[in-house]
Amino acid sequence: MIKIEAIFRPERVNAVTDSLVAAGVTGFHYQNITGQGQQQGVEVITGRGSQTATRSAVSKTLLVTIVSNDKKDKVVDAIISSTRTGGIGDGKIFISEVSDIIRVRTGETGEEAI
Amino acid sequence: MDSGHTAWMLTASALVFFMTPGLAFFYGGLVRVKSLVNTIMLSFMTICVVTIVWTLWGYSLAYGPNVTGSPLIEGFIGNLSVLGLEGIRWEPLDSEGSFGGGGVDVLFQMMFAIITPALITGAFVERFKFSTYLIFTIIWITVVYAPVAHWVWGGGWIGADGAGALDFAGGIVIHITAGAAAVAAALLVGKRTNPGLQPNNVPYVILGAAILWFGWFGFNGGSALLADGYAVNAMLVTQISAATAATTWGLIGLFTTGKISGVGVATGAIAGLAAVTPAAGSVNPLGALAIGLGAGAICYFAVELIHRTNLDDALDVFAVHGIGGLWGCIAAGIFAVESIAGDGIKGLIQTGSFEQVWIQAYTAITVLIYTFVITYVILFVLDKIPGLGLRVSESSENQGLDLVEHGEQAEVNDGAN
Repeated sequence: MIKIEAIFRPERVNAVTDSLVAAGVTGFHYQNITGQGQQQGVEVITGRGSQTATRSAVSKTLLVTIVSNDKKDKVVDAIISSTRTGGIGDGKIFISEVSDIIRVRTGETGEEAI
Repeated sequence: MDSGHTAWMLTASALVFFMTPGLAFFYGGLVRVKSLVNTIMLSFMTICVVTIVWTLWGYSLAYGPNVTGSPLIEGFIGNLSVLGLEGIRWEPLDSEGSFGGGGVDVLFQMMFAIITPALITGAFVERFKFSTYLIFTIIWITVVYAPVAHWVWGGGWIGADGAGALDFAGGIVIHITAGAAAVAAALLVGKRTNPGLQPNNVPYVILGAAILWFGWFGFNGGSALLADGYAVNAMLVTQISAATAATTWGLIGLFTTGKISGVGVATGAIAGLAAVTPAAGSVNPLGALAIGLGAGAICYFAVELIHRTNLDDALDVFAVHGIGGLWGCIAAGIFAVESIAGDGIKGLIQTGSFEQVWIQAYTAITVLIYTFVITYVILFVLDKIPGLGLRVSESSENQGLDLVEHGEQAEVNDGAN
């Protein structure tokens, strides 16, 4: 079982969730985040005058899903195909091992609980 | 001078002013949060820019005496005799007991000129270039709003001195022009790249609609231009039509979707207010009930219909204001009663004759076509001018206009303050 965490442009979120469902993913969660990568921060006006500041406040969406190992390539491809524009700021995907999962309702564990 | 009349008209001017900030929140709640500041700023800057245009030349073109010389242009536009408001009468009422041509008139009519372009902005939110909009507004007030206001209220060819169309508070001048311009703008600017699925803030939408409703008492009540029986009737029928249309919209929603939507009821109220606007000086309470019922139903289905087309009039300006205003103009011809309208004006229900309905229809549709064509030409030219253009880049649209155009965000909740 692997955990896939994907950071991408917020306007792609509906495309990503549609492609994940199409790839057979049974569940995911996502949230709006702000931060900074190669795209750098954004310039904002800080007061009533002309003071500006660059803040690491680029809006992104962070989506997390847990899938079985055999779905890894399919899910990664789904995310990339629905987020890649070729420009800086397309985001990143992080993949890590998950040691166990427990479904609260039934007590099932492991792959059965995905 | 009569201080009672003057006090009411000054109050009504402030009420109408407050509609535009109300509209800003009505529209603001409907867009996505990344373009919320921009949507509010479109309305807010309209207040500022139109005030300047109105002071310098707008009032003179709209309400100055008819230009004379050629029969072709007589009744088309006012002359330049009160440019910069030089020589305006400061005594509120003239010797005949009218506010016309005085400072009160300038102030009251200015608020109508302000809200009209602000209404149009609903068509192109989330993708229009802010600087181009400001230039558009200056031109639009000059070549669309001022002439049409002159035709209807400034002694031109549509109003009481001309064809005799009933447009008490601006069904033609405000709502039909805004609706027609919205279609032209939506056509030229094109569809949003990633339209949102939900409004960002439903309470803003309802609050904005409530502020509009409140201000509309000045809009329609003040259009009596005196604190008299017309004003009493206008405020009463305004309330009745708004409430009936909102209820109608809510119930149609209940029957078709199983739920009564807050945004739907708020939109229904605006449709009822737009529809009763031209008729507020000529219909009685039962007439207003019929107008509200019609507005709720007709505008509901107009919204549904337009959503099935390719036109991305983002916040339904045409369906609500264009169609609502058109229905109101026709309805004024149907439900006008002599006891309210006076001057021997009778609608279809009293005479059985379509004469007044026909006057209402052809004047309204002429203005609709005029506005659409001229607005299309203005925007087409602005789009071609290097450095202007109508639309922001796709990446700017995706990032949201708040950061791109204003360097600000509606909500900062990432702890980095």
